[in-house]
Amino acid sequence: MIPRAAAGRKVTDRLVMVVSACAALLGILALAWILLVVLQKGAAAINWEFFFHRTLPTGAPDGGVGNAILGSALLVALAVVIGVPIGLMVGVYLAEFGRDTRLGTAVRFSANVMMGIPSIIVGLFVYTLLVMPMHTYSGWAGAVALAILMLPVIARTTEDMLQLVPNTLRESALALGASRRKVTFQIVFRAAKVGLLTGVLLAIARISGETAPLLFTALNSPYWPTTLNSSVANLPVTIFNYALSPYEDWVRIAWGASLLITAGVLALNISSRIILRRGSHE
Amino acid sequence: MAIRMKPGEQRRSDRTFRWVAASCASVVLLLIAAFFVRLVLSCRLSLGQFGWRFLITSDWDPGNGNFGALSSLYGTLVSTAIAMVIAVPLSLAIALFLVELAPPTLRRVTGTAIELLAAVPSIIFGMWGFFVFAPFMARHVEPILGKSLGFLPLFHGPPMGIGMLTAGIILALMILPYISAVMRDVFQMVPAVVKESAYGMGATTWEVTRKITMRYGIRGLVGACFLGLGRAVGETMAVTFVIGNNFDISPSLFAGGNTIASTLANEFNEASEPMHLSALVELGLILFVVSFILQVFAHLWLKSLTRKMGAGL
Amino acid sequence: MQSTERSTTDGRMIQHAINRRRLLRMEHLKASTPESDPVRAAPDPPPASKTPPKVSVRNLNFYYGKNQALADNSIDIAANQVTAIIGPSGCGKSTHIRIYNRIFELYRDQRAEGAVLLDGENILGPEVDVIELRRKVGMIFQKPTPFPLSIFENVAYGLRMHYRMSRNELSGRVEAALRQAALWDEVKDLLDRPGMALSGGQQQRLCIARAVAVEPEVILMDEPTAAIDPIATAKIEDLIEELEEKYTIVIVTHNMQQAARISDFTAFFYQGRIVEFGPTEMIFTKPKMKQTEDYVTGRFG
Repeated sequence: MIPRAAAGRKVTDRLVMVVSACAALLGILALAWILLVVLQKGAAAINWEFFFHRTLPTGAPDGGVGNAILGSALLVALAVVIGVPIGLMVGVYLAEFGRDTRLGTAVRFSANVMMGIPSIIVGLFVYTLLVMPMHTYSGWAGAVALAILMLPVIARTTEDMLQLVPNTLRESALALGASRRKVTFQIVFRAAKVGLLTGVLLAIARISGETAPLLFTALNSPYWPTTLNSSVANLPVTIFNYALSPYEDWVRIAWGASLLITAGVLALNISSRIILRRGSHE
Repeated sequence: MAIRMKPGEQRRSDRTFRWVAASCASVVLLLIAAFFVRLVLSCRLSLGQFGWRFLITSDWDPGNGNFGALSSLYGTLVSTAIAMVIAVPLSLAIALFLVELAPPTLRRVTGTAIELLAAVPSIIFGMWGFFVFAPFMARHVEPILGKSLGFLPLFHGPPMGIGMLTAGIILALMILPYISAVMRDVFQMVPAVVKESAYGMGATTWEVTRKITMRYGIRGLVGACFLGLGRAVGETMAVTFVIGNNFDISPSLFAGGNTIASTLANEFNEASEPMHLSALVELGLILFVVSFILQVFAHLWLKSLTRKMGAGL
Repeated sequence: MQSTERSTTDGRMIQHAINRRRLLRMEHLKASTPESDPVRAAPDPPPASKTPPKVSVRNLNFYYGKNQALADNSIDIAANQVTAIIGPSGCGKSTHIRIYNRIFELYRDQRAEGAVLLDGENILGPEVDVIELRRKVGMIFQKPTPFPLSIFENVAYGLRMHYRMSRNELSGRVEAALRQAALWDEVKDLLDRPGMALSGGQQQRLCIARAVAVEPEVILMDEPTAAIDPIATAKIEDLIEELEEKYTIVIVTHNMQQAARISDFTAFFYQGRIVEFGPTEMIFTKPKMKQTEDYVTGRFG
């Protein structure tokens, strides 16, 4: 038997370590590059008018994205109102009743698959479902598209969080004579509330930056959002329209809006991380 | 003082609760079915007109009503392939780093950075790609590639920045977090005792990883790749910004092209002819079916993995 | 009937526990019947046949799916006494008592056949009000399960659910329950603090307070001190002896010394069957079945 040179093996090992450290570094650098660019280019656009004036045609001074900010907020809020309750109930079914049932298995699997469906297809679907029959783009359609995107995410995180609650807690409440509904909402939800909140926040973060589903549903509008029955101004589609235009002021505003979206999404992500960590320490 | 529900009432209330929850759960199933149905119905026109030829024709001529999906399919394929070639090894290396090599603080920082990368919206990648990264590629990377590897048809043509290569690289960055997250989970599923036995025999970290961890978790690693693939095919905004919206099929990576998603994003709102609209919806249907099959396959694969691993523990 | 050999440490501790129990019972008898002369001979346990049993189990069978977990269980649980259920792991002890409050119905593939009579009424019947049953039959679990609510709200939970009462009355009942659980003095200034902030032993007593607040008749305890430190365990055992005066207590335990210390009657389970049942002293000093003898002397389990 001839021993393999330990030195050679160590060198390979060292090399692999360096390569994987470089890969990690690459990931971090990419993130840093993107964030820095967004910060630098976006900061130039931030001023009073940016927040409080509505989108104006190019060349018009003091244009802003106030209407888009408001519109996005409205769409997201409506999506939450539609998507979160249903998503929570799906999660409740999966965790409380559907652990071994055929329906539970099918729904769980479908929710997982749904999470990977391209968001532009969701927009297309809602277009054929709502925009075509109503013959108009609408805020309703936009909110529904966002809600469909949220639904599987909330369902699965709810299920995961509820499953972490030990069964003895449920049994204790049942043993006192509580009904399943009371046990779920008064006890299990309370026990899992940090995780549930985190799931909702992350889902909101995910849909806040989505452009594709709004392209065919809420489209965009240069006006303040006074009604949901027609197209509604929103940040992502505004960025899309402005960025690829040849107008310098529009491009600048697009960067400002990008900064706004990025800051919002990161803030939601980081705060949900903090909440999760603080909650699990109690 | 005592209030009590009658026996029947309590059982009924529990049954109602269960029924409501089950109905909401069924909505998920209904939605997926509805996706299929509505999309198919909405492209009846072009389905009837072009049939299978749709998949192999590369004409995209809204003016004359001739549509073929080939260039979109080609673009989707190539950009996704580039993304996978770059992202899979990178994800593997990052997962390895996070699980085996990194000290705790570095692990947290890197892990957070990768997760935040996943949180950045697609349109931001698009902005960065179009205004910063593509010019960077055009000025510094592609000329070098063109000069050194220009004999390959892959690197012909002027280095525009905007094109397949740039799109592929950006896609890789976007799917990197998803693939590495699943790979990380797979690495962590390997029981510590198995790894310890190998280390105890004097194996180096890389040897343990290659011979034990990867072999143990190869199914999971493959599943992770399929998940990433599923995401890459549907990525819209980032790709739309940097791929160039070009319907020619060219072997060069520097050339522009289009993907199904980018074509939809660019043309759908302008399309007024029913045949144009129908062809676009049909493109969407193809994308949906491809993505759906990839997802189903990936999840089935990963499910059988946890069952296997669970039995082995 | 031969006396069993007590060469093991376990055996000595059990004998010690039984002696202590004899002493306590003597005191109890002295206090209640002054004319008798208890010093002369070992006192007999109170005759079980005088009062009807609180819970009467007849031919109970239980199934997890296709597996039969309990076979032909029949037992009488005496009122206002502590009945211990002992046996090796997996013998069906917990499964058995979980039928008394029908908590097993939470799980789809578990089913019970036979009769479990509470004050003469079969609680397994279809017309039985399960909510009321669960008020009457409380349960304490192995790991303490405080609700994610304040201490006050934990105890008030069952009260609010089953009764309508003024805020004052509610406070009064919460205090009474916490006193019964020997927890009032420790938490009276902390009622708004979360229940989960208490120590393990305190949490378990909180669960007991929660259970007694709704005025049950039977309290089921599934290894209540298995996850509690020894000092807190002793407190809870003392508590159980106090609670016995008002409630019928059934306690599952794998700790034989505990069974000998606090119970009046003991049932020995093995592989889903009740091998032997009788006064605790008999089970531990003069068991009738060889299996029982083997178990209590530590030869297996």
